[in-house]
Amino acid sequence: MASTEEIRSSLAEIVNEIAGIPVEDVQLDKSFTDDLDVDSLSMVEVVVAAEEKFTVKIPDDEVKNLKTVGDAVAFIERAQNG
Amino acid sequence: MTGTINTSTGAANTAVLGIGSYRPRTVVPNSVILEQIESSDEWIQTRSGIKERRWAEDDETVLMMSVEAAKQALADSGVDPAQIGCVIVSTVTHLYQTPAIATRVAVEVGAPTAAAFDVSAACAGFCYGIAMASDLVRGGSAKYVLAIGVERLSDLTDRTDRSTAFIFADGAGAAVVGPSDEQGIGPVVWGSDGTQYELISQKENWQEAVDSNNWPHLRMDGNPVFRWAVYEMAKTAQQALDVAGVTLDQLDLFVPHQANMRITDAMHRALKLPGHIKVARDIERQGNTSAASIPLAITAMRDSGEAKSGDLALIIGFGAGLVYAAQVIRLP
Repeated sequence: MASTEEIRSSLAEIVNEIAGIPVEDVQLDKSFTDDLDVDSLSMVEVVVAAEEKFTVKIPDDEVKNLKTVGDAVAFIERAQNG
Repeated sequence: MTGTINTSTGAANTAVLGIGSYRPRTVVPNSVILEQIESSDEWIQTRSGIKERRWAEDDETVLMMSVEAAKQALADSGVDPAQIGCVIVSTVTHLYQTPAIATRVAVEVGAPTAAAFDVSAACAGFCYGIAMASDLVRGGSAKYVLAIGVERLSDLTDRTDRSTAFIFADGAGAAVVGPSDEQGIGPVVWGSDGTQYELISQKENWQEAVDSNNWPHLRMDGNPVFRWAVYEMAKTAQQALDVAGVTLDQLDLFVPHQANMRITDAMHRALKLPGHIKVARDIERQGNTSAASIPLAITAMRDSGEAKSGDLALIIGFGAGLVYAAQVIRLP
């Protein structure tokens, strides 16, 4: 099972590929919209890429609760363990 | 009970023989949109890629725009209008439930006795029209078919809705489909998903509009539409290539319905298109013209020299319904 850091690091690569944000900026305490400038459409792309990468399902209703990178990493961890 | 019925025989191969379009005269920059919504030019461009669009004036009716685009397509094809056996108009903004505008278009273009009907397939309308036109010619029901996509979406746009006011626009495009020595229209990959009927729709039906004295407007649920358009439609686009037997190496142009630049960009990534394929980005200057967007984009690419006769183009339309259709065509 992937560690928190492994998930964060993979997610950072996805955010980098889609939104062009430097991977080192994608830290657990960062807000997708306020700190990283990832808007709602880019967030859809990030979510779809994360679903494929981590083999999890992130429902549309859940996406609005994923405000920070840490929220997303925690969701993915729970989904993988669930 | 002894009689037999003859079958019709059509052309073995079909192609798009001519393409035309009509762009309304009035250019509407984002600054005009911003007079009625709280937003910014930067936000609109970041969210949609749209810098300006065109809105039809009073005389630029659905009929007038259709006829202008059709005449251009006919001239491009060299086909005598009297040879047109069927006229198909795809539109959601001809404001008469009946009769179909296609009958008047037929008269105006010089095909006064052609079979004529309208199609309601929203932003997939042009590709639906091409699919039917090709099958009508192959089946022998018409020698030549005129397929038109036309919209005056500005009539159904809520100019105070900050999520849609900047998107919708007006225009027309047309294609002449007929017999050809070699196949110029790939098999269509099409379908619908009525479980997502609510995602893009007219807010009120006409009865509700009359009762409440509110003109009906279009509404859209942006994020789920984006997800469906990018990921499901990328699969549909790939299938259209596969059934046509055309590889990405052989493809020259990718012309998706001009819904939103972000959708085009994300589809481009999802399809992993090689660098030599030119991608239609007419939305920047034209906005989202629904059924008209694909032929408008093709003519723009032709005018700029990006597209040329003989190029293989992957076209895909998708929108309210949800409905979708994709095929590979060879440009005339």
